[in-house]
Amino acid sequence: MMPVLLWTDLLVFLLIACGIGAGAYVSRREYLLASWRRVGESRAGMASLTLLLAFVAVGLLDSLHYRPRLEAANGQPAGGYGSEVRSALDALLLPLKTRTEKTYSAPLATHLYAKETVELADGSQARVFPRLKHGGAHLEDAEAEWSRDVVLRILRGLALAVLAGPTFAALAVLAAARRWGMNWQAAWRRIRRGESRFAWDAVLLTLAALLLLVGPAISLAGGYHVFGTDKVGQDVLYLTLKSIRTGLVIGTITTLAMLPFAVALGIAAGYLGGWVDDLIQYLYTTLNSIPGVLLIAASVLMVQVLIDTHPAWFATAAQRADARLLALCLILGVTSWTGLCRLLRAETLKLRELEYVQAAQAFGASAARIMGRHVLPNVMHIVLIAVVMDFSGLVLAEAVLSYIGIGVDPSTISFGTMINTARLELAREPVVWWSLLAAFVFMFVLVLAANLFSDTVRDAFDPRVAGRRSASSAQEPAA
Amino acid sequence: MLAYIVRRLLYAIPILVGVNLLTFTLFFVVNTPDDMARMQLGIKRVTPEAIDKWKAERGYDKPLLFNGAADGGAKLTRTIFFEKSVRLFVLDFGRADDGRDIGHEIKTRMGPSLAIAVPVFVLGLFVTVSFALMLAFFRATYLDFWGVVACVAMMSISSLFYIIGGQYLVSKVWHLVPISGYAGGLDAARFLLLPVIISVVAGIGSSTRWYRTIFLEEIGKDYVRTARAKGLSEQAVLFRHVLRNAMIPILTGVVVVIPLLFMGSLLVESFFGIPGLGSYTIDAINAQDFAVVRSMVFIGSVLYIAGLLLTDLSYTLVDPRVRLQ
Amino acid sequence: MRELAIHVLLPTLALVLGGCGEVWNNPYPVQEGGGNILYSAFTERPKHLDPVQSYSEDESEFNSQIYEPPLQYHYLKRPYELVPMTAEAVPRPRYEDAAGRTVAADSRRVAFSVYEIRIRPGIRYQPHPAFARDEAGRLRYHDLKREDLAKIHSLRDFPHAGTRELVAADYVYQIKRLAHPRLHSPVFGLMSEYLVGLKAFAERLKVEEAKLVAAGRKGVWLDLTQFPLAGVEIIDTHSYRIRIKGRYPQFAYWLAMNFFAPVPVEVDRFFAQAGMAERNLTLDWYPVGSGPYMLTENNPNARMVLERNPNYRGESYPDRGEETDAVDGLLSDAGKRMPFIDKVVFSREREGIPYWNKFLQGYYDFSGISSDSFDQAVRVSVEGEASVSPEMTARGIKLETSVGTATRYFAFNWLDPVVGGGQADAAARERARKLRQAIAIALDWEEFISIFANGRGIPAQGPIPPGIFGIKPGADGINRVVYDWKDGVPLRKPIEAAKKLLAEAGYPDGRDANSGQPLVLYLDTTDRGPGDKPRLDWYRKQFAKLSIQLEIRGTDYNRFQEKVRKGAAQIFVWGWNADYPDPENFLFLFHSAQSRAKFQGENAANYANPEYDRLFEQVKHMENGPPRQALIDRMMAILQEDAPWSFGFHPKDYSLHHGWVANLKPNHMARNGLKYQRIDAAQRERLRAEWNRPVLWPLGLLAMVLAASAAPAVIGWRRRERAKGRA
Repeated sequence: MMPVLLWTDLLVFLLIACGIGAGAYVSRREYLLASWRRVGESRAGMASLTLLLAFVAVGLLDSLHYRPRLEAANGQPAGGYGSEVRSALDALLLPLKTRTEKTYSAPLATHLYAKETVELADGSQARVFPRLKHGGAHLEDAEAEWSRDVVLRILRGLALAVLAGPTFAALAVLAAARRWGMNWQAAWRRIRRGESRFAWDAVLLTLAALLLLVGPAISLAGGYHVFGTDKVGQDVLYLTLKSIRTGLVIGTITTLAMLPFAVALGIAAGYLGGWVDDLIQYLYTTLNSIPGVLLIAASVLMVQVLIDTHPAWFATAAQRADARLLALCLILGVTSWTGLCRLLRAETLKLRELEYVQAAQAFGASAARIMGRHVLPNVMHIVLIAVVMDFSGLVLAEAVLSYIGIGVDPSTISFGTMINTARLELAREPVVWWSLLAAFVFMFVLVLAANLFSDTVRDAFDPRVAGRRSASSAQEPAA
Repeated sequence: MLAYIVRRLLYAIPILVGVNLLTFTLFFVVNTPDDMARMQLGIKRVTPEAIDKWKAERGYDKPLLFNGAADGGAKLTRTIFFEKSVRLFVLDFGRADDGRDIGHEIKTRMGPSLAIAVPVFVLGLFVTVSFALMLAFFRATYLDFWGVVACVAMMSISSLFYIIGGQYLVSKVWHLVPISGYAGGLDAARFLLLPVIISVVAGIGSSTRWYRTIFLEEIGKDYVRTARAKGLSEQAVLFRHVLRNAMIPILTGVVVVIPLLFMGSLLVESFFGIPGLGSYTIDAINAQDFAVVRSMVFIGSVLYIAGLLLTDLSYTLVDPRVRLQ
Repeated sequence: MRELAIHVLLPTLALVLGGCGEVWNNPYPVQEGGGNILYSAFTERPKHLDPVQSYSEDESEFNSQIYEPPLQYHYLKRPYELVPMTAEAVPRPRYEDAAGRTVAADSRRVAFSVYEIRIRPGIRYQPHPAFARDEAGRLRYHDLKREDLAKIHSLRDFPHAGTRELVAADYVYQIKRLAHPRLHSPVFGLMSEYLVGLKAFAERLKVEEAKLVAAGRKGVWLDLTQFPLAGVEIIDTHSYRIRIKGRYPQFAYWLAMNFFAPVPVEVDRFFAQAGMAERNLTLDWYPVGSGPYMLTENNPNARMVLERNPNYRGESYPDRGEETDAVDGLLSDAGKRMPFIDKVVFSREREGIPYWNKFLQGYYDFSGISSDSFDQAVRVSVEGEASVSPEMTARGIKLETSVGTATRYFAFNWLDPVVGGGQADAAARERARKLRQAIAIALDWEEFISIFANGRGIPAQGPIPPGIFGIKPGADGINRVVYDWKDGVPLRKPIEAAKKLLAEAGYPDGRDANSGQPLVLYLDTTDRGPGDKPRLDWYRKQFAKLSIQLEIRGTDYNRFQEKVRKGAAQIFVWGWNADYPDPENFLFLFHSAQSRAKFQGENAANYANPEYDRLFEQVKHMENGPPRQALIDRMMAILQEDAPWSFGFHPKDYSLHHGWVANLKPNHMARNGLKYQRIDAAQRERLRAEWNRPVLWPLGLLAMVLAASAAPAVIGWRRRERAKGRA
């Protein structure tokens, strides 16, 4: 195979590197660690973080891309690579990805959801619900064996979960025991009674719940379409899992893209004042005053034209779709940096008057140095809160934008594209409800976890900015 | 005061010019005048002559930003940008690319947009403030806790789900209101009921949480403690003092969006088939009608700036200590 | 929350309930109930209603009920047949040589065809202020000052209206308008090739327009009656003559289109007055005609209303049709005076889902079917015949099917070095041909029709759709390159045949035989909306059958057009809808002089074959008959062998309508069908009430949920009160 590094992959890895770097930085400073400890003590925060990490794991697996090598055939040497870009997640879920049906089938169904004309044994034709090619194909008599098989598989999945659970728990307990310098029995007791400061119990409970869901899902997915199939017979579970990466990329890369501008301009405007301040204020008032959706629509169309007119820049369709995703992130970044920039400017105005900054000025330190060494570290908590708070808003915004047609590329699987197609299915009779429900549940859990986590972070770092409305709430035009 | 307003209005001009320049650039990178002509003239049997004629008639046959062929000042004025932008400032929007008068269109579509946006705004404010006040009253009880959890859950649901679900159940399955459409006069109520309720419900989560924190902040202040120490009942404290004082940040916070109500809501209008400005904007984006897009952006910017100005003025009204200069 | 329910929701609900009787979800005003009104919808707002400019189907939905060109298509007969509308008879051309002498039709010296059209006397226009005259007989509203218009916002604000008789001069005036310097007629280019003197006339008008502009009188009315148009003359009040260069038998079809409808000079002058356009009062928005209906409400954002034209002469319903028509009840109104319906309300419905749901609720009288609702509505019987599903039959819904006069296809760009056919080297040409043929076999349009159109289509054997001259039924008519004839049906060749062709083309197993690199082809399409993904996946799957990698480039419409125009696309998806039911209208799509990249014509694939061109020149102006069929057969064989297109399919139209609509028969050429239709309003009223009973338990449930969630708050409140009381 040939590894492929998409632009968003690169940025995702960069983001992780930043995260690790920041972690190292924080771990050496006690006053910062204190705030993070407060985060760690929150049960809701840790439970949601656990969920988020599960989502991130899926997203990361989906960010390792490659192009499979073409098999040797017909006396020709194996050469070249397929134009299809796959990810590690695709490789893991290969059975789900490839086992497509003809069209809709309900969750765990054995028959298609639409009638088809088939030829019967006696040569006559009838309109019946045909058996699925893959879902429940191992059953000989679908009606009779189905319920038994499903229950068996669920039990098997639960058993798997029960086996895997203690492993995780043991690892956690051992880690905790080493930290606290006690034996594992004592550590376990402490965790079980909820006496530890770090909310180990919340983490373990969430993990347990997660395992109890994932286990049966894995076991059922072996023989059925757990969430059913869509119009062209693709497995909805697969689509939902693939949507996660898109949501995460939009939620994180956007903030990553806008941070440097927002921070640099906000601090510069606040600290330098004068014409710099005027210019920056002019810039963000102008950008802000354009209705967001129109600005996004125009920019997305422009990027699309750019991509269309330079097909040679992108070797594969995946790279083209990725370019559009990246562009969407950048554009959302451009339209959402103004809120943070304004906050930072106001905070810097306050900091500028403080004694230690005045003292640094008196010592003749350069403006750049003061801004970098004295102002920046003291506004970082605002930046952090903005980052976690914007995340959920951006995930929601993606769905809306994709609905209007100015979101991700249609070949990109995302919550927005899923909802959009699912909407049409509601008009069918009988109703096809599973894709909408699957998208709803996954999106809801992701956003809810993000919201709870961001609340925790905010409370831990600065209860004062508690009420600040997320800059991206304006991107939810219906609200 | 007057001088302040005049200065702010003058300050708006460079912003509007900037906005115009930005939309203009973005749009014409995407669309050449040729594209616009083809879009309007259709696909079948379009000759290059017809395209040239269309461009000449609508003034799209000039250079975009700089006319090297003209003399002196005309180098800048005999361009598409100048000719198309200058008239916006006297609110003359001209004609859409399909020949219809944009000003007239905006006038007729403003009604439906406001008919949705105003009830949503007023009702939404009322519902969320009362809800938030209730949570504040029961602060630090299990009611407050579950109320906040409900808010977080509600704000974690995409507005698309509210609309899709509401429309499906209420209109399609229960036959309670028409599925889509609009009518003038009192008849409009039947069409507006569902979109208004859905919009209000979709907004409850985030707004309630925000107002609740404002109330809590206010409750923590000294004067509240004094009032309570005087023996005032909790209700009296809440309604007479906290609510009144908290309304200042709440109102000044929402004043900025009042002018923008005119712009309508993109999603709700397109889902419910309401012929307002929001759906006009979406149509224009899809039809690549630059004249309309530019007008809507211009109006949006003007309204935004008006909103900022109103916010500043409202500060002086509610708090006489603030002086504008 | 509870206060909210009491103070806000309940009054609103009461208002809503009071307003609409037993049905709550009726989107129409109560007063309209039970009226002889047809309810329809439009999805795209019409851009132009001026008959000189309007070319799209959604526009002719309105215009064809209002304007009356001299000819029309017979409502019931198939194949399509031209019959007179306002004309006395369908004109037969008289042929002249270069010197103007009449010659026989088959003469070699034919230089002109002359059409003489006689209009029936006594036809009158709809009431309109442009015709209003005062007591002295002067036109009332023809010298309006700006002040006079101050209170005028729509045509209804003019207190007076008048009418007058339809005369030949009105038809001539409209033909002149095709060349108007301020209007853009899509057919001007084509017509100036045929209509004698039209080009010179346009030049003349351009000069006059320039004079007006120079005199600072830009936008002042240009009186076209002042300038003669050589090829069109008025013979007397009720007849006129058109001269066409050479032979052009298809011209009669054009006489059935709105481009040749009458426009009275008074109306043009009326709308040209200063200040009219600023008030959106233009002919482009307010059509004026002599047809059965007139446009009385024009709000393209919400609704358009057509009402019966009180001055309509009253055509009678045809008494003859196809054999099955009598059985289907299509002849029960034979001889009766049309139109039957008083008013037609078109509501704007942007999206398919509300459209379909409102149809099911009985608020639209007919509906196209989206693929998603197909299974609910229609079932395909053993013989492949579609019929309405039992649920729909129970509701009295009926189905009409018909094959459209359109073709969808994959085009291979002839200028492309890989799939095109323009290479200098004969061996290379042969290889590219085999590649195209292989792809044509692999593209399984039968499957496409079944998945994406629910069987609503017929796989195409060539460009010409069924129902038009030139198509051959049975084994003779099939595309031998792609199909075998087996058991009386065409059967797509097996994929092995395609693989063999691919190997011969130099790409065994989808790899270049020389370099071993996989073959990558590029498909351009405008499908890039979120709903288009399945279709793109399907395209990729088809090429994957040959191990060819397909890269799909979804672009926006403009970019796509530009690529095709520049000949930069490799393979692309395209379609053609017929202008008129003649094979020439399809065969010209392959004429090299129509090349899109070279001459901006309609040959989007840029196909070029001298032999084909030669045959086309012959076939173009022939009358239908065996000699023409023989030539068309040869042309088809060339196309099938060269495979510049993978002929896709001819979409079938399925239209559903409720049982209360009568006299509905799909007609792809004519859009003026409203006058034939009849409805039973009482039945509709009854069924609507039956189908739309409001379901009330959710309201009760909602009230209970609200009460339940308010309960803890109330309890908490009480407890506090009590606690305080004790303290």
